[in-house]
Amino acid sequence: MSDVTEIIKKQINQSGKKREVLLPILQSIVERDHYLSSESLLQVAKSLDISAADVYGTASFYSFLETNKKLGKYVIRVCKTIVCDMQGKREIIEAIENCLDIRIGETTRNNKFSLLYTNCLGWCHKGPVMLINNEVYTELTPDKVRRIINAYKQNKQEEL
Amino acid sequence: MSKNSLKRLDIIFAPYSTSPYKLLSELLKKDKDAIIQELIESGLKGRGGAGFLTGLKWKLAKEAKGNEKYVICNADEGEPGTFKDREILSQVPRKVFSGMALCASIIGANKGIIYLRAEYNFLKKDLQKEINIFEAEAKKLNLDFSIEIFSGSGAYVCGEETALIESMEGKRGEPRNKPPFPVVNGYLGKPTVVNNVETFVSARMVCSIGAKEFNKFGIHGQKGSKLFSISGDTPKGGVYELELGLTVQDLVDEFGDGDTKAVQVGGVSGFCVPRKSFAKRTIGFTGKFTGDSLPTGGSIMIFNSSRSMYNVLHNYLDFFCEESCGQCTPCRVGVQQLLLGIEAIKANNKPSSYLKTLVKLADTMRVSSKCGLGQSIANSFQSIVEEFTEEIIY
Amino acid sequence: MLTINIDNVPVKVEEGTTILEAAQKIGIEIPTLCHHDDLCIAGNCRVCVVEEKGKNTLTASCATPVIEGMKILTHSAKVQTSRKHIVELLLSEHDEKCTKCYKNGNCELQDLASKYTVGDYLFMDLCEGKEYKIDDSSPAIQFDPSKCVKCQRCVRTCSEIQGVNVITVAEKGKDMHIQTFMGLPLNNVPCTNCGQCVNHCPTGALTERMYYDEIWEAMGDDSKHVIVNTAPSVRVALGEMLGYPTGTRVTGKMAAALRQIGADSVLDTDFTADLTIIEEGHELLQRLKKALVDKEDVSLPMITSCSPGWIKYIEHMFPYQLAHLSTCKSPQQMFGALAKTYYAEKMHLDPKDIVSVSIMPCSAKKFEANRPEMHSSGYQDIDAGLTTRELGHMIKQSGINFLDLEPQPFDSLMGESSGAGVIFGATGGVMEAALRTAYEVVTGRQVPFDNLEILPVRGTDGIKEASIKIEGSLPEWNFLEGVELKVAVSHGLKNARIIMKQIEAGESPYHFIEIMACPGGCIGGGGQPIPTNAEIRKKRIESIYEEDRNMTLRKSHENSEVKKIYDDFLKEPLGEKSHKLLHTSYTKRNKF
Repeated sequence: MSDVTEIIKKQINQSGKKREVLLPILQSIVERDHYLSSESLLQVAKSLDISAADVYGTASFYSFLETNKKLGKYVIRVCKTIVCDMQGKREIIEAIENCLDIRIGETTRNNKFSLLYTNCLGWCHKGPVMLINNEVYTELTPDKVRRIINAYKQNKQEEL
Repeated sequence: MSKNSLKRLDIIFAPYSTSPYKLLSELLKKDKDAIIQELIESGLKGRGGAGFLTGLKWKLAKEAKGNEKYVICNADEGEPGTFKDREILSQVPRKVFSGMALCASIIGANKGIIYLRAEYNFLKKDLQKEINIFEAEAKKLNLDFSIEIFSGSGAYVCGEETALIESMEGKRGEPRNKPPFPVVNGYLGKPTVVNNVETFVSARMVCSIGAKEFNKFGIHGQKGSKLFSISGDTPKGGVYELELGLTVQDLVDEFGDGDTKAVQVGGVSGFCVPRKSFAKRTIGFTGKFTGDSLPTGGSIMIFNSSRSMYNVLHNYLDFFCEESCGQCTPCRVGVQQLLLGIEAIKANNKPSSYLKTLVKLADTMRVSSKCGLGQSIANSFQSIVEEFTEEIIY
Repeated sequence: MLTINIDNVPVKVEEGTTILEAAQKIGIEIPTLCHHDDLCIAGNCRVCVVEEKGKNTLTASCATPVIEGMKILTHSAKVQTSRKHIVELLLSEHDEKCTKCYKNGNCELQDLASKYTVGDYLFMDLCEGKEYKIDDSSPAIQFDPSKCVKCQRCVRTCSEIQGVNVITVAEKGKDMHIQTFMGLPLNNVPCTNCGQCVNHCPTGALTERMYYDEIWEAMGDDSKHVIVNTAPSVRVALGEMLGYPTGTRVTGKMAAALRQIGADSVLDTDFTADLTIIEEGHELLQRLKKALVDKEDVSLPMITSCSPGWIKYIEHMFPYQLAHLSTCKSPQQMFGALAKTYYAEKMHLDPKDIVSVSIMPCSAKKFEANRPEMHSSGYQDIDAGLTTRELGHMIKQSGINFLDLEPQPFDSLMGESSGAGVIFGATGGVMEAALRTAYEVVTGRQVPFDNLEILPVRGTDGIKEASIKIEGSLPEWNFLEGVELKVAVSHGLKNARIIMKQIEAGESPYHFIEIMACPGGCIGGGGQPIPTNAEIRKKRIESIYEEDRNMTLRKSHENSEVKKIYDDFLKEPLGEKSHKLLHTSYTKRNKF
């Protein structure tokens, strides 16, 4: 699980051993592991011959590259920027918190869901909005959001 | 139409002709300098919000020495209230690719990169399909130009072109010192054009209809048209193509919910216009920051009278506290001071006169920050604080 | 040449000059903070903004090259307001406890504040309620994030000068801060303890770990015999802290001051520098013999081992090349091992009562003194390594009028030194000293350079090369006859990396290499007075070579105390006792 050499090798074979592949590599690892463990970061640093501190510093700049803790399989990012805020972001958050029994910033005990805030997702005309991994859900209501979460809980998100 | 001068267009999203890259093949035959001339005459400015003359950018990149050059499409659409680039990429990506290809052939680049924000990852699959189609088409046209997608990782500041380049180079997305500008020293040190998604589409449009036709659009002395992303307290949120030069009043009449008290033009880095100024503020590109005309990437957020402007401002500052890259003092520390400052005034921990100190601080941030992000925080801060002083204090 | 106008004064400068440099040229001082002559341009702090006529925004003068006809105002009202605001902002995120700060009186932020922000605080205190954790995990360097102003000078230093990159900028926006990989303590990352980050830090965020209180205590304890050894580069820099111009040699005053503040014996690290030359010179000749005569597989080139920052660097970054290192301990550690054996024996002291202190231009020496293998006397060989700065501080604390102090000589027994020992302090010095001795050992004649000055290894180029053809060798060394001895010298770890990559690839053409961790060698060490820059380092180097030139004794092998220690105690170079006391081994460490 923590061995990321395959991911790194694939990127390097594709584009060469150069600094420009750093972010694509980190993105691929996050996609698979839902965060960047210190082992992964060290492995990347070794493979690209960049200092570990530098790799960490770069990763920590980006909000979609989680370095602190392992996130759940499904990362829910609820937009908190102004228009979504006006359109009832708080109710949405409350609904999700109740539905998953976690607070914002936390991960469910079964490691399936993490709930985070995020800045503008680019759907202001259809807020409130959230992302679950790469999927967008717009015009949320507490009811709708419960339906969505439940579908994910039952692994029936394809049916949404 | 007598009172409301708002004019809707439907060019950008108009469906492709039967042969989607026919126009491109024709444009590629045109004289390169003539195209640049056409673009300059059209006055087309960057559609991301900063408003640099597109023709001039291409001209500088064309003149820059270098055997390798890059065309980068800035799809890091992070400005709150903006979502038109996403619409363009999902509806008419071929127009974007055509614009990029045109730019590449003019400046002498054979590599194009779309910097797609992480939040738009869901577009990747379809975009890649479209890129494959484009590249097959390019082959037929004998055009040595390929496009690839580079995914962002979640950082608003990467919309700033030099931060975007840093990010593509695998580094922290921190804006660079300018000069040198990317047209001379950009991605990997090579001459690079970075343009917003819409700019490529508009450039293609100008080249196809000509500067003269393009300049027929526009009201109140402004030229051209652009996309607006309308959101907030409106029953008609969405993306609209409108002629530039319209007044805020025009927008409110068309999109407001009848109770509009303020309109935020240009996203959180733009200006907040209060009701009393709706009629006199026009939207376009010729004015200076505080002039009558407001430059914009097209973000229009409408607030009705139920909204607390303190909450609005607080939300903006919170956003900037997180999204500043943090490298320069005025932006990193200044925005924290603005946020803490209004909180302290609200809580009576600071006298209301402290607001004046904060307004002056915002001036300093405007003139001394390293990049456009820090420089523009003052826009929303000052316009809200000055127009809604009571709401901020009490 | 371009002509621009600064504060209504026309100035002609070359293309590529920054506004800041142009202003300096006509004596206009623009304040800076993130800017440092040793480092690349950052343009982060914005303290240096100036007004450019015709522009709405201000311009960072350190980061902006001049354009023909530019009109600049360096202190217009707009500039003054911004500058004041910016300094106030920096202060608001700086947990100032100036009166309690080691850098009080030598702090760039404090200087700016005293100029631009007199009076009440304009903004709110951002430090309030925040919990800051001081990282004092390393025996050499400590980091106090509450004093950090995020200028990134340390980050650039660690990367650009040293190529070590253990300090980075993490996160962004209000959370942006300086830290190591995942915030690990400094002693858990491949930090070399070189202290260059400390030398380049404008505030008190990065400092050396200070041990002088313990030394005061030992000096006040009659049952303790405190012996102090002072490194060669200390004497050309200490004066900077005590009222002398840069590069003034204060050797005699330093010895007098140390005696006055309570040292029982003031000795010279140069003595063990001379001893290092004897040991290291013989080690080199032995390796050459094994390679050329016995056809044994020995590691060549051999590399010097005096610089503990360099040692830690190679242990982390090139752990499979450690055999190239000379096994000689650094002069500090040779001194320590002998202090509690030879010195104790001669002076009839119980080694347990000896407190052995070294005054070093270096923070890495603190780590070195604490290495577990440095106990060959049966005790910790060096009890404390203080920096030049700490000594300066102690002298200030003592109230001694340093300027009027009568110079005194070093004490005897391990106090005598040659010019060769002195030049250890400058890049190329160890090499020059070694060549002076080795060439003479092999040929019986002086090195063929005017006045013994081996100029090719001197100077501030990052990597220097030289070669000497050995002709007319003595019978014992005739296997070296006609050999062109190739040597190289590098300083600054970024250059060390180049040398090591060459060795790793099996392409190194050299027999012997001197590597120093810090720019300019020890005179530019991480424990030296602040500020530092190329000009300051140059003056210290000149001063070192002048000291050498003025000495009658200029070759290590002619040092009478060195001869005596071999006669009385060590018997022969690379002998059994030497092995036990003067040589060491190295540890493979993790690169990441």
